[in-house]
Amino acid sequence: MSDFSKEQQLFRDIVSRFLKEVSPPEAVRELMVTEDGYDVSVWKRLCDEAGLAGTHIPEEFGGAGFGPIELGIVTEEMGRTLYCGPFFASAVMAGSALLLGGSDATKASLLPQIAAGSLIAALVLDDVDDLGRLGHSVSVDAGGTLSGGAGLVVDAHIADVLIVVARGENGLELVSVAPDADGVGVTPVEVVDPTRKLSRVDFDGASCEKIGSLDDAAVEALWNHLSVALAHEMIGGAQHMLDSTVEYTKVRFQFGRPIGSFQALKHRCADLLMDLELARALTHHAARCLDSGEGEPYAASMAKAAAADAYVEAVKAGVQLRGGIGFTWEDDTHLWFKRAKGSEVFLGPPHVHRERMMTMIDKEGVDDIQRGEGGLVA
Amino acid sequence: MNDETIRETVGRWLDENWSPDRSLREWREILLEGGWAAPHYPEEYFGRGFTNEQAKVVAEVFKERGAVPAAQAGPRRLASETILACGNDDQKQRFLRPILTGEHSWCQLFSEPGSGSDLAGVSTRAELENGQWILNGQKVWNTSAHHADFGILLARTDWDVPKHQGMSYFLIDMRQEGVEVRPLRQMNGHQSFNEVFMTNAVVPAEDLVGGEGNGWHVATTTLSFERRGFVDRFSGEGYRGDRPGRIYDEYEAEVEEANEPYTWYPQRAGRVDLVVPRARETGAIKDPVIRQEIARLLCMHRGSTLALAGAEAKRKAGTTQIIPAGSIGKLAASVIARQASKVHTMIGGADTMRSGSQSAEDGVIAEILISVPAISIAGGTDEIQRNIISERVLGMPKGHRADKGPFREIKRNS
Repeated sequence: MSDFSKEQQLFRDIVSRFLKEVSPPEAVRELMVTEDGYDVSVWKRLCDEAGLAGTHIPEEFGGAGFGPIELGIVTEEMGRTLYCGPFFASAVMAGSALLLGGSDATKASLLPQIAAGSLIAALVLDDVDDLGRLGHSVSVDAGGTLSGGAGLVVDAHIADVLIVVARGENGLELVSVAPDADGVGVTPVEVVDPTRKLSRVDFDGASCEKIGSLDDAAVEALWNHLSVALAHEMIGGAQHMLDSTVEYTKVRFQFGRPIGSFQALKHRCADLLMDLELARALTHHAARCLDSGEGEPYAASMAKAAAADAYVEAVKAGVQLRGGIGFTWEDDTHLWFKRAKGSEVFLGPPHVHRERMMTMIDKEGVDDIQRGEGGLVA
Repeated sequence: MNDETIRETVGRWLDENWSPDRSLREWREILLEGGWAAPHYPEEYFGRGFTNEQAKVVAEVFKERGAVPAAQAGPRRLASETILACGNDDQKQRFLRPILTGEHSWCQLFSEPGSGSDLAGVSTRAELENGQWILNGQKVWNTSAHHADFGILLARTDWDVPKHQGMSYFLIDMRQEGVEVRPLRQMNGHQSFNEVFMTNAVVPAEDLVGGEGNGWHVATTTLSFERRGFVDRFSGEGYRGDRPGRIYDEYEAEVEEANEPYTWYPQRAGRVDLVVPRARETGAIKDPVIRQEIARLLCMHRGSTLALAGAEAKRKAGTTQIIPAGSIGKLAASVIARQASKVHTMIGGADTMRSGSQSAEDGVIAEILISVPAISIAGGTDEIQRNIISERVLGMPKGHRADKGPFREIKRNS
């Protein structure tokens, strides 16, 4: 229940200042229309100066040795500024998969490069709606030959290596393959959110290296870690949207008054703040649960579902409360709108996480809920 | 004094003085003389000047020993804390003691039929005649007024100044001819509140608190205690255990009388605790649509609990104001209660047409459905909370006001 420590606050300040400098809306606009979608020199600074790519990677593998709480701080600040770069794909997704399922040798060889940012990895998941169904369209045979495809892979177009979750003879395996190897096809996909690039990845007899495996528990853990990191990104974005929208209502005048003085707008903003406060509390709680190994097994799904709903409400209001200007390309609101729509469904739409949560409650019950008298608490 | 010393000192004092065979009144007098009735009060007013944390330690020892504490249940603490904060020496000397002993019970007389969300619009009239205040008007939503000895009351003493400046705060004796209390029946059938009619009711000049025209300031002090839960249902549990003693009967009767209006409050909050057990019992837990709604509810409920704990931690660290955090929490409680009511309806289906002892959970489910509307009204409507959140937390501009200038000229309910 404790808040962030002084060190964590300081860490957030540093990350926030850095991202505000390197990822202002003008930079996001510039990068989102490029093919690669990121600025190599900024990525280098982010890894070398700030050391962020190794935030959650243990020191023995060249990382900073922090945990899900600090990783959440980074993704929350990235979501606020819509940082464009391979952080989520490489450090968060591929890094977490290796940490949870990679062999010792692979961790020792790949993680230090991922932590340093010198190697960009992309994690190929063949189901980003429901990670419980992974392995239905990508498989690997005993000899290490990959076949099948995955339709929505983040940053595969700039990856140096693809980390693939594939159905093997004895369950899900983790394999690695170069994106330019024979039998591998990487095709960029047209996307709603141009700040997160997606590609289709196809395997047709490509030979890969087997580097680990994921049992059911590891898949659930991977889903939890990725969901919590993404939930942080979403509450960061939602907070930015709420802040900028409220600011706008203070300076936009109609009928001789700032539009923020009209209750129709005030009440909508109050509701957004309430939704966001609950989502934020659930998200920070979920990171603490991952960090300590305690708490509800469904904490991550609560966070992902609540953060997605809060973010989408915030961007919808962001456009609506700005009126016509909010629907223009010129205004920045659509950048966050599109990120919100992408993040809402990526790694499980809210209804999938709610069902996942209920399945866990079916099995393990719900934590004791006080009968509560509501009202004037605090 | 550190915690250990407090524990020892209280323990020793209880060894010498506590006995469950005394009458409640007799014990409370001893408690007051000993200075342990309200250790967080100043020394000159029956206390010891302890911090709230130190006072908590004292309360713990009392509970462990089964020693009955000073009277706290019902609205009386709103009166005592306000008198302590804003009253003069004479008022503190006269009123605090019988509150702490339980001799006097109190009620709050703020809202009026014409003045609900806009509390500063009260139009109960107080006029000074021959050295005493004569009051005329009507109050409403007065919990415990039917058995109260005194009331804290907000009335208008000057109609020619702006609304917030023309009110004064009174301590009124409820046991007089000019005060009539009538029970008020709510849509859920309970009678938890009263209406209070004042016809030439009398308040001595010395029972005006905080100075003439300062009523709004004093009332907001009371409201801040109300927001901190000082008027919520008080739990008197955990003292008796399986100990014998007549004092427990008297104490529990005191608490029960004060708590009687609050029996339906858990239902008002939606009874989230019943949702999963009921869904399992009825098989509704298998319905994919209901599962979604249950999950939504549990997320909101958990999120709210966590957010409030976080806000409380920040409040203690002194980094945030209580009012906005309270408003977000109160709004969340409303949304949660409505969602819980919706889910209970989905789980019960047509069966939720029933009420009474033959219906689900001995009538509790039916009571939820017809009690939840109260939570978004009582203690400040959802709409008022949204105003507070948007103006004080988000800093959005205040709306146009039509109630400036002398109160006499403001349009109001006839």
